[in-house]
Amino acid sequence: MKFEKKSEGVYMLDVKGYVCPHPQIYTKKALAKVQSGEVVEVVFDNPSSGESIATMCDNTGDEIVEKKEEGGQFVWDIKKA
Amino acid sequence: MDNGERKRQLWALGILGFFGVLSIGAYAVNEYFLYIAVYIWFGFIYGMCLQYGRFCFSSAFRDLFAVGVPRMFVGIMIATVLFAAVGAFVSATGMSTFHAAPTSLHAVVAGIVFGVGMVFAGGCASGSLYKTGEGNGSALLVVLSLSTTIALFAPAGGFLNKLVPQSWHESAVAKGLPETINAGDGWLDQYLAGFIWDQPIITYAGMFGLSDQSVAGAFFGNLLVGVIIPAAILLVIVYIFWSRRSYINKQKKQGLTRMTFKNEAAGYWTMILASKRTAIAGLILGIAAGLQMFVIQGLRIKFGAKNVGTLFERLGYDSGLSVNGTVFDPGYWYVTTQEGQWMGWVFGKFGAENMDNIYFGFANGIPNPLINAPGWMSIALIGGAAVMALLHNEFKFKKPTLELATWAIIGGILMGIGSRLGLGCNVGAFFVRVSQGDASGWLFGLGMIAGAYIGVKFFNWWTARKMEKEFAGAEI
Repeated sequence: MKFEKKSEGVYMLDVKGYVCPHPQIYTKKALAKVQSGEVVEVVFDNPSSGESIATMCDNTGDEIVEKKEEGGQFVWDIKKA
Repeated sequence: MDNGERKRQLWALGILGFFGVLSIGAYAVNEYFLYIAVYIWFGFIYGMCLQYGRFCFSSAFRDLFAVGVPRMFVGIMIATVLFAAVGAFVSATGMSTFHAAPTSLHAVVAGIVFGVGMVFAGGCASGSLYKTGEGNGSALLVVLSLSTTIALFAPAGGFLNKLVPQSWHESAVAKGLPETINAGDGWLDQYLAGFIWDQPIITYAGMFGLSDQSVAGAFFGNLLVGVIIPAAILLVIVYIFWSRRSYINKQKKQGLTRMTFKNEAAGYWTMILASKRTAIAGLILGIAAGLQMFVIQGLRIKFGAKNVGTLFERLGYDSGLSVNGTVFDPGYWYVTTQEGQWMGWVFGKFGAENMDNIYFGFANGIPNPLINAPGWMSIALIGGAAVMALLHNEFKFKKPTLELATWAIIGGILMGIGSRLGLGCNVGAFFVRVSQGDASGWLFGLGMIAGAYIGVKFFNWWTARKMEKEFAGAEI
């Protein structure tokens, strides 16, 4: 697992290789840490985590501003509400 | 269509073709093997649905506590109600293959052990199979760990005998089982014959003095009282604690000032339909699981046999049958026992004496994996999930890291033990039993919820530790 600052207000959370529940737990903790309006780019490859992360964001009001998918790898940019 | 897509489609077609050729070939050898083909294709459907809906019983309870997401809990309740509705019809027509299990607090304890295990493992028993089909190495490790644990735990005696209460030992010996089984030796043997078999079998129909096979018993007792009402109440609880607040916030943004009953009902319904994929998967799974009982019972009538072991015996395949001439043949969706048999068969080939116990020797046997019908259901489940993952470009080989391998092995061990204590896993001991009005089903479910809570508490602590280090490095 890697969490790093990419630029001002943009962070990257890499949870490739992790299975449930790790990607969604790490995403929740990362979003809890950043400030409102900042973006966390979540990189994961466990499809079922995507379903949970999407519902989690829907509940919290955090916005998934971009979703990319290639060869079983997902990159989602989530803007904290 | 690019090259990658063409390749994935060819692989998917190849897997489909493999099961197709296998089914036709088996039927061509002998019509009795139609039995295996039926298990294969229901397993294939389960695999496709599970992957499509990211359907994992583990996340139903775990994601509620971990990230406040109710979508899988909702999906499972949909599947359970539909399975129960089809199951009630099947029961009322006398075509059910289901037998209720003894009920006592053991189901709660078993559920807790299993629940902790499935959070560690990252998926339930069927979830680990479908994720194996997505190319997930951790999930495969879970399956291997679970299988090995069952194969070792079922015949285990030695020092474990010292943990057996004298009353269990005496009760087990008094059952008068065949000498070859040696019911007074082995922890699981004495647990089963000395404790579990002495517990009452309770169904909701029975509580009202109705037969499970009567229309009133099946539809009123087992479906309405046993499934629909508890499921609706649980969904209301989940709505209030995990979904209502976000629904109100969204409505407030649209100008809502006061929640009326109509708004609450709309919020409840919105939660049900929040994840279409999960809801659709639950719908198909529920109907398919009920139909499988109907089809298998039809085959049993057609072939004049109550267990597939009888068919194997007629064909001259008597190796690996239990002392009763049976093998594991639930007649419905079930996971774990067939996986335990695979590893039991391997251990047997290396000389292990593992048929002198109730689990293998008296009840389930250890058939050659090539003719293990529920075993083929699990293999086809992996295949069906692989096809779905390939078609959606979600297949990816993933080697587990040391950390994930550790969780997978620990989780598999706990799931293996929990499934034997509860006489089934999240499917056999929860989904199927709840759906068929067996009172032990909800008890196992309660245990799984408690187990999931414990598992999530642990992972919250674990991930917080790791995240703190990362946050420190990220200058946040």
